[in-house]
Amino acid sequence: MALDKDPESARPWIEVAKSTHPSLIDTRFLLSDLYNMVNVPTILWIDEQGRVVRPNDVAFGNNKFQEVTGIDADVHKAALRAWVKGEKSAFPEDKARSMQSLPTAEHEEARAEFALGRWLAAEGQLDAAEPHFVRAGELAPEDFNIRRGSMPMRNKDPMGPDFFKMAGDWAAAGNKYYLPLPE
Amino acid sequence: MSEMWTLVTSESAALVALQVDAARIGIRAADLEKLTGWATKPEGFCLGDRCVPAGDAVAADGTVDVRRFAARLGRPLIEDARVKAILLGDAASDRAAQLQSLEAPDFELPDLSGHMHRLSDYRGQKVLLAAYSSW
Repeated sequence: MALDKDPESARPWIEVAKSTHPSLIDTRFLLSDLYNMVNVPTILWIDEQGRVVRPNDVAFGNNKFQEVTGIDADVHKAALRAWVKGEKSAFPEDKARSMQSLPTAEHEEARAEFALGRWLAAEGQLDAAEPHFVRAGELAPEDFNIRRGSMPMRNKDPMGPDFFKMAGDWAAAGNKYYLPLPE
Repeated sequence: MSEMWTLVTSESAALVALQVDAARIGIRAADLEKLTGWATKPEGFCLGDRCVPAGDAVAADGTVDVRRFAARLGRPLIEDARVKAILLGDAASDRAAQLQSLEAPDFELPDLSGHMHRLSDYRGQKVLLAAYSSW
């Protein structure tokens, strides 16, 4: 699921990957809202009954950025493979529930601000959208789907100086950018 | 006096007549139901089997104060008087309850060719949901 400004942003990745699984486009950041996602990549495991057996976790497809992220992609891949093959069960319900992070009222307000900003930006009203994007980031500073995800809608480069300043300030304040499940 | 505002939701945006002043944002109960699904009834605001007491959110003329409606449901309301737009967000308590149920929230999203896929179409299979972005 690509959380992106428009389908064209995601197209090059999907076309190169030629994957056999569905590759979907989420320009409304619906998954952020429904699953309380705050960053990418975020993965979840859902069992045959449609139940979440591994809540939001951080996992990469490869180790290209391992030095930056500090996360070994192979650990998740091995666990996923074992779960799919039935060699190892996922988390029991109580454990899965205890590992979930739940949204606060402030965070939902941030998402609402983000949604209004997105609508205004899509309408071409960038000046009107900007205060809503700013407010959204203030209300949920830990939500990079908002803070970084809004950059392409604000003519900011999500891989440029604005991003590095944001990530740098976040780290300098003692925070982590990626929050994988403890395990 | 009413004026046309845009009520934005995650799926759409609709123009609606509102009475806006410092004290309240009045909307016709029929418009509220059309745009949000919530009906105004004697027992309160109702969506399906669920009803929430309306308290002082409904005026004598039957119009609903959107601010008090949002507060009753614990939903954020974002107002922008400059562009005459409001957006009603989601209640954190509803989201949290859904997540804690461990039932994966269903959704429908398009692939690159516009073909829609529903999570529940994959019931009976194990699913890895992976969210990423071009950034």
